[in-house]
Formats: sequence, structure tokens, C-alpha cells
Amino acid sequence: MDDEVKVSVRNLYKVFGPHPKKAMSLLKQGLDKDEIFKKIETTVGVQDASFDIRTGEIFVIMGLSGSGKSTMVRMLNRLIEPTAGQVFIDGEDITAMSMDELVKMRRKKMSMVFQSFALMPHLTVLQNAAFGLELDGVDKQSRENRAQKALEQVGLEAYGKSYPKELSGGMQQRVGLARGLAVDPDILLMDEAFSALDPLIRTEMQDELLKLQARVKRTVVFISHDLDEAMRIGDRIAIMEGGRVVQVGTPEEILQNPADDYVRAFFRGVDPTNILTAGDIATDNQVTIIATDGKNPRAALQRLIKNDRDYGYVVDADRQFKGVVSTDSLRELLEQPQPQLLTTAYLDTAVHAGTGDSMQDILPAVASNPWPLPVLDDSGKYVGAISKNLFLRTLHRNQAEDFTPEEATAEGAEQ
Amino acid sequence: MKYFSFEDQLIPLDQWVQTFVDWLVYNYRDFFQGIKVPIELSLQGLQWFFTTLPAPVVILVFVLLAWRFAGRGVAVFTLLSLVLVGYLGLWSETMVTLSMVISSVFFCAVIGIPLGIMSGRSDRFQAWLRPCLDAMQTIPPFVYLVPVVMLFSIGTVSGILATIVFSLPPIIRLTSLGIRQVHPELIEAALAFGATSGQVLRKVQFPLALPSIMAGLNQTLMMALSMVVIAALIGAGGLGNPVVQGLNTLQIGLATIGGLAIVLLAMVLDRISQGFVQPK
Repeated sequence: MDDEVKVSVRNLYKVFGPHPKKAMSLLKQGLDKDEIFKKIETTVGVQDASFDIRTGEIFVIMGLSGSGKSTMVRMLNRLIEPTAGQVFIDGEDITAMSMDELVKMRRKKMSMVFQSFALMPHLTVLQNAAFGLELDGVDKQSRENRAQKALEQVGLEAYGKSYPKELSGGMQQRVGLARGLAVDPDILLMDEAFSALDPLIRTEMQDELLKLQARVKRTVVFISHDLDEAMRIGDRIAIMEGGRVVQVGTPEEILQNPADDYVRAFFRGVDPTNILTAGDIATDNQVTIIATDGKNPRAALQRLIKNDRDYGYVVDADRQFKGVVSTDSLRELLEQPQPQLLTTAYLDTAVHAGTGDSMQDILPAVASNPWPLPVLDDSGKYVGAISKNLFLRTLHRNQAEDFTPEEATAEGAEQ
Repeated sequence: MKYFSFEDQLIPLDQWVQTFVDWLVYNYRDFFQGIKVPIELSLQGLQWFFTTLPAPVVILVFVLLAWRFAGRGVAVFTLLSLVLVGYLGLWSETMVTLSMVISSVFFCAVIGIPLGIMSGRSDRFQAWLRPCLDAMQTIPPFVYLVPVVMLFSIGTVSGILATIVFSLPPIIRLTSLGIRQVHPELIEAALAFGATSGQVLRKVQFPLALPSIMAGLNQTLMMALSMVVIAALIGAGGLGNPVVQGLNTLQIGLATIGGLAIVLLAMVLDRISQGFVQPK
């Protein structure tokens, strides 16, 4: 994924109701959504939203109903006219576009998939898939070819002549997806696209989307109220509450560092073992021993005793992981008549985890290993270690109300 | 207090209207006669077609239409009805009425569907149009027969004009309803894929409103038929003639066969046009 910005939202506001200007000035005075509604019966849909969506990522906008997420996605193609602020797509400000330019952009650059499917009941599946191309004036032959290819991508090539009402909900949404893909858009807007489907079909469709995404990287803006869905498909997530974007980040970042109580409450009950990786939870508070030339077993033992630790992690000057030593193995080494190399004091070096391993993957190793499991990055550098205690605390903290990240570090240091 | 005695007429609206229509007739008679031309042409064409064709051919055409669009039962009913009307001695009157009804419905569709679409797409236009439609549907036709005769003189064309006024509201209302009943998310989807306003109308709203528009057309057709007797009062001819004649001379038998023929024709046209709405 490259980090080029595809969609950029800057200070975007949407106010519904009779007095948008008044509402804007009240917002500037610092009144909140509810106060403004009480005062002038004007609803603030989205307030002061700013974020960037990168090329090729699945960006999930998540929030409960009424949080403004559907309004937000509709301002990205101006189905809803923003009250203030700007939306840049490929650097172009779409809020300043004329109707003609806007229509052109909607036809060429983006397409949309809807919660209610919104298929045309009077058109066949093939005609529905070709709908965007038809609006764009593509001739019948080539638009039907492209629509047929899009149907193949979603596994519905045999249903071109059917009508939408003859298909199941899951299949109808595949048609909706094919309609979105047929125009070959840069940006796919998906408004609660899978929310109306059975849980089983929903998972299947999520996989389908990820599979399509693996083949052709599109920028996907996915609206969802379902956290599991957001975690599953989102490269990054924006969390909205009461019209505000309260946090933007990768699922791991948000899970580990929730911006406020609302986000924390949202993430409570999420099974962290699927989302957090060894790299996310490893803490670098164990004693590390620099194995410069192996002549310092005594100094190493002193450091361990001084820090009241049983195990030490040996790294070289580049922090490449070498092995683990214990006070016992060091004492044994020092009792030998001839001076020995530090390497002979190493405990089993094979057991370690990579930063990308999920908590689920490392659970057996953490449980069976007598010392905290060392975690290495891709190049073999020592990142930190995971003790049983830390592992359990990470599991536990999603239920704990009063957990703060600082506490975790403090507790980690106690071991 | 003398203002509430109501003994004298304080507002001579009747005289104002009288003066206004007189003035219209005097100054714009050519204009109103001009309006008649397209109606006259289409009517003459249709009448020529139905009266020069031999009756069996006309019957055959209707039976085939009924069979194609409404099934075998309606085809048999159409055959029996039209033959009966012929044996009642009202064939030529029936053909005149048929031509009148078809041209009225044609002009109603030409005027009514665009108005209905506009009213379906614009709340302001609907707010303005609705009282007009209410008036058209509640004013007794006798009231506007007088100015129609004054402006267009008596005859079949005037009868058709009065019929258009009478039977226009349903097609407008049902077209508007059909446009408004299209799910907003379908319009949103079309817009999201870059539809212009015209494309939304042509590709989404109109096709989805079509069943409702056809139902409106059917209602308009029925209204036009029910206007036939009244139109006969201003010399429109057709199946209204025997009824009016029977009424004037107390010939109950004559009025009955006229009425029977109107009902039969109405049922035949209704069943066939229903078939258009929901094709088998």
C-alpha cells in the first residue's frame, strides 16, 4: 500500500434544518449538538471532520446510528451538500465543482454500494450491473461485456438475465457490488453494504471484498456500525460519535490507545487475540545484555541481580537477538574452571515470536515457556518480551473499566 | 348592518364573468377556433377509419386486441358485446363515441403525463396544480359547457374539449403519484452513478411509474366514456344521442339501449386497457 492521499476531508460540516447559518455560528460559540437542536431545531449531522484516506486502503467509518457516518459518506460524492468545509479527491476540491464536473467525477471516479441494495427492479441483473456505464453513454455491446465481467468477479455470471427480485439478499448485494465494480472506479463507497445480510452471508461478502481487493487495489470507504466487520476488513478505522470524528487509526492503534471513553466502550468485548499482535503488546522492560565479545558473564549476572530479574536477553550492538540467559545458567558458567563463552549459558534460543504473530498464535509458546517470550521483528532485532502476566492483562483489560495504557506499562515493569 | 341583509347582490360576479367571456369571444374567437384544429383533425381521421372499415373488421381487431392483452374470456365478451351493439342498431353511434373517446384520451395523455411528471418532481408545482385539479373534478360539467359552446360553438369537437377537461385529472394525479412512489434510494443510487436529472427521469422514475401511469390512463378512459351523454347535450353525437333523445321525448326504451351500449363499450375498453397495465 502506498501512502498517497486519495481523499482528503478538511473541516467538513453538515447542518440539516431551517437555520444552517445560525447553527454554524452557535457551533463556533462552542455549543454542542443537543443544545443547538433545543435552541433552533436544527440538526448538526457532521461537525468539523478532518481526515485523509490513502490510495488503496479500506477505510472504515464506524459509529452508531445517528453518529453522522452515512451523512459523511454522502458528502464524499456530494449526494449531500456540505454546509462548510472541503473534500479533496486526488487534490481536487469537489465542493467547488460545477454540476457537470460533479456528474463526470461520479461516473468516472467513484461508485457506491447501498445497504438496501438499491437495484433497479425493472432492469435485469446484467442491465443493473451495466447501469453506471449506461449513464455514461457507453455503447450497449461494450457496456454489457464489462458488466458481464463484473458479474463474473462476484460469481454471478449465470444470472445476467434474472431480475433482482428473483435473487436472495446476498446475491442482490453481489449485483450491487458488480454494478459498483463495472465502472472500474478508483473509489468504492460502501454504505453499510453488508449490514442487511445474514451473519453468515455477511462474512462471506467481507471475504469476497478482501479477495477483490487483493486482486485490484481500490480505495474503499466502508461505512459500518459493526465493530467486528470494521476490525476484519479495515486497514484503518475512523470512529464517529455525535457528528464528530473522535479517532482515526489502525484497529490495533485504536484498541491499544482508545481516544476516549466512547471509543473504549465501543471496543470493550472485542476479542483482542485476533487483532493484537506480539509486536503490539511486547514490552521492552526486560534486562538486555549486550553480547559484545562474551567476556562479561559476571557483569551480566550483576545486572540481573541488581534488577531483581531471573532472565536476561542477549543482543548484539545492532540489537540482533542472540539468546536468553538466566541467573542460574550464568552462575553455572562462572563456576566452570576455565573461562567460557557467554553462548554456552544460552537457554533454548529457538523459542521466540515475530512481531506480526497474533496473540492467538503465540498463546502456546507464552504458556509453556518458563521465561517471558522474546519478540523479534522481521530482521531479527529484539523488540521486547511478553510475560504470562502481560498476556493475561492484555486479555483482561477489555473488560476492565479503569484500564489505562500507562498502568499496563507500570504493571509490566513489576515483573 | 345593512351590509348583512343580503337582500341585494353586492358582488355581481356573474355579470363580470359574462362580460369577460363575451369579451373573449368577441376578440379571440380565431384563437379558440385555432385550438380546435388538431382535435378536429385527429377526430376526423379516427371517425373516417372506424366508419369506413366494415363492422366485422373492426370487431375482429378488438377481439384480437382483447385476446392478446386480456385473455380469451375478455375476447369472447368483446365479440358478444360488439355484435349485440350492432344488432341494437347503434353501430355508427358507437363508432363516433369510440373515436371521441380515443381522441380525448390521446390529448389527455399528451397534456396530462408531462403535467403529472412535473407535479411529481416539484412540490411547488404540485401545490399550484392541486387546486386546479380539485376544481376540474368538482365543478359540474354543465357549468363549463356554456363557455365551451360560446368559445368553440356546438359540435363533436366541443364535446371532446369538455371531455378532456372532465377526464384529465386522474392521469395527472396518478402520474404524479407514480413518480413520487419511486423509492428515494433508487434515485440516490442513480445520482451516485452520475445520472443527470433527465436521466433520473428517463431511466428510473418514468419506467417505475409506468404501471401507475397506465392505471391513470385507464381511469381517464372511463371518465371520458362517462362524459359521452353530457357531451351529447352540446351536439357531440354518438351514443349520448339516443339517451338524450330518449330523455327529451320520454322514450324509455331508446334511452335504455343507449345506456346499455355505453356500459358494454366501457367494459370492453376497460378490460382491454387493464390488460395493457398488467400484461399477461
